Amino acid sequence: MVLFVALLAGPAFGQMDPSGEWSPRFHEDWLERIPGPEIGDYLGLPINDAARMRGDSWDAALIELPENQCRAHGADYAWRGPSNIRIWKEVDLATQQLVAYHIYTSAYNEYRTIHMDGRPHPPEYAAHTWLGFSTGKWEGNTLTVFTDHLKENWVRRNGIPRSDLATVSEHFLRHGNYLTVAVITYDPIYLTEPFIRTTDFVYDPQQTIAPWPCEAVDEVDRPEGVVPHHLPGTNAFLDEFPAMYGIPPEAARGGAETMYPEYMLKMKNMKTLPRPKKASNQ
Amino acid sequence: MTRKPLNSPQRLRVLLLLAAAAFLATASSSRVTYSQESQSPPPQGQAPANVEVHVLPVQGRVYMLVGAGGNITMQVGDDGVLLVDTGLAGTSDKVIAAIRTVTDKPIRFIINTHVHPDHTGGNEAIAKAGNTITGGNVVGDIGASAGNQAAVLAFQTVLDRMSAPTGKQAPTPQGAWPTETYTTPERKLFFNGEAVQVIHIPAAHTDGDSIVFFHRSDVISTGDIFVTNRYPIVDLQHGGNIQGVIAGLNRIIELATPGPMQEGGTMVIPGHGRLCDQADVVFYQEMVTIIRDRIQDMVNKGMTLEQVKAAKPTRDYDPRYGATTGIWTTDMFVDAVYKSLSKKD
Repeated sequence: MVLFVALLAGPAFGQMDPSGEWSPRFHEDWLERIPGPEIGDYLGLPINDAARMRGDSWDAALIELPENQCRAHGADYAWRGPSNIRIWKEVDLATQQLVAYHIYTSAYNEYRTIHMDGRPHPPEYAAHTWLGFSTGKWEGNTLTVFTDHLKENWVRRNGIPRSDLATVSEHFLRHGNYLTVAVITYDPIYLTEPFIRTTDFVYDPQQTIAPWPCEAVDEVDRPEGVVPHHLPGTNAFLDEFPAMYGIPPEAARGGAETMYPEYMLKMKNMKTLPRPKKASNQ
Repeated sequence: MTRKPLNSPQRLRVLLLLAAAAFLATASSSRVTYSQESQSPPPQGQAPANVEVHVLPVQGRVYMLVGAGGNITMQVGDDGVLLVDTGLAGTSDKVIAAIRTVTDKPIRFIINTHVHPDHTGGNEAIAKAGNTITGGNVVGDIGASAGNQAAVLAFQTVLDRMSAPTGKQAPTPQGAWPTETYTTPERKLFFNGEAVQVIHIPAAHTDGDSIVFFHRSDVISTGDIFVTNRYPIVDLQHGGNIQGVIAGLNRIIELATPGPMQEGGTMVIPGHGRLCDQADVVFYQEMVTIIRDRIQDMVNKGMTLEQVKAAKPTRDYDPRYGATTGIWTTDMFVDAVYKSLSKKD
């Protein structure tokens, strides 16, 4: 019985190991992840009205501010970037027990630790970071990670925020040379339902990861303290996305309902905006 | 400990106030009750039961003490203990016990970031638990008895508000008052091997705000100009103004140097809430500035306060910072911003 319990408590023999060099695949959500999302595209996001207003007020010029130029992605968003990753494990030399997994992400030089030694999370008054504080455990052949102590970050990189009170669950699933990371974001401030995304990687032992230096500079000469944003009701760009893609403006506003397939049936009865005429190159 | 002597007007002011208070025996054991003197804000003046004070190492020589009301910043070294703020009255025994888990060095210096009782309530008890090295010009300036307690430094208006003119009842006991004040844009100390810069932010949370920058440790203690758990309290009755709050946030951002990828580097201890860095202050500054801009636009259009409230200019931030009950509601915040921006100087 003791042996049985001991076997259940630790990593099983032959268990999946996510260690290695992993190259991202962008077939999923390419437009959102690499060129970047359109202004006003909240489709498929389980957001509330407060998040919608944050998005409507957001001005991309905000990223020009020196304080924001090198802002890293959060733990739940970092997977979505142009992120080649390296995962390696740390073991206690004396006992050979797994202590932690470490993850290096190329975008923003992000270095993350997933503690596997059962340590508690810090108190609520401790600092928050882009990647938060993560602890992991094995659930069968899946590595499940819980993260809190996150700084505010993106749900979508067009001004839709994820708050610093959010928590994240991640599930690492390896199938041979493929790694899928399923990320579930729980945000009591801006999300009405958990938000689930998956990102895929391919084992790539030959990859070399380039450095990602970032140096903040004064890109635009502005008076101190100016924060670019749109006043309520003045963002003239919000209709461009639904018009360009023939999506009903109502659907572009997002909400939990827009995550589910049956919403496509509802969309058929919604009005769309006229598509903009393509600019002539002549 | 290195101390700069008070200039003549400050010294005279302190001596007169101390003498008057002693002569009239007006020191009261009652705590500050803000409801008597202002409509806003009413920071909690009493410690809740079963308070626990926790110590969080920050970096360098600096620690954050949490749970005594407002956050307390503690700098520790061979020279002794320097505290920024003292928490609520009634928590002092636990604050001192928390300090003693880190060091047995004497408490030498207290700096008050502003007048509110959740930051100054422990002044009397904690100052009495410490002492000042006297001798030289210190004895000549403020008397040998000054050595019986830690020195308490604040901007001049903090003393003005905690004390009272001769013949008037002071709102706080004499023992809680600052023993040193400054009226200049900043005051510099050198304590525990590092420069400690005390910077006055005019007309912000109150009219007596100071932020404290520990240079070598690379930590800023902000008082209530920056908090993480609510909209900033703008205490109009005590000279506060939203423009000053934003100026203070901008100053903190300017002083702080972030680490790689805008994380870490200079650490920031807020008046309330969790430990932060520059990026956290930037999020907060953006929020306050955006709301200020929205309400300014409405003021410019001639909208009344009721019309502004009905337009809900804070609704995207309310789930994070808003409140409908407690000491500082969203309604009170919008009210204070509107009045700040409508004020004709």
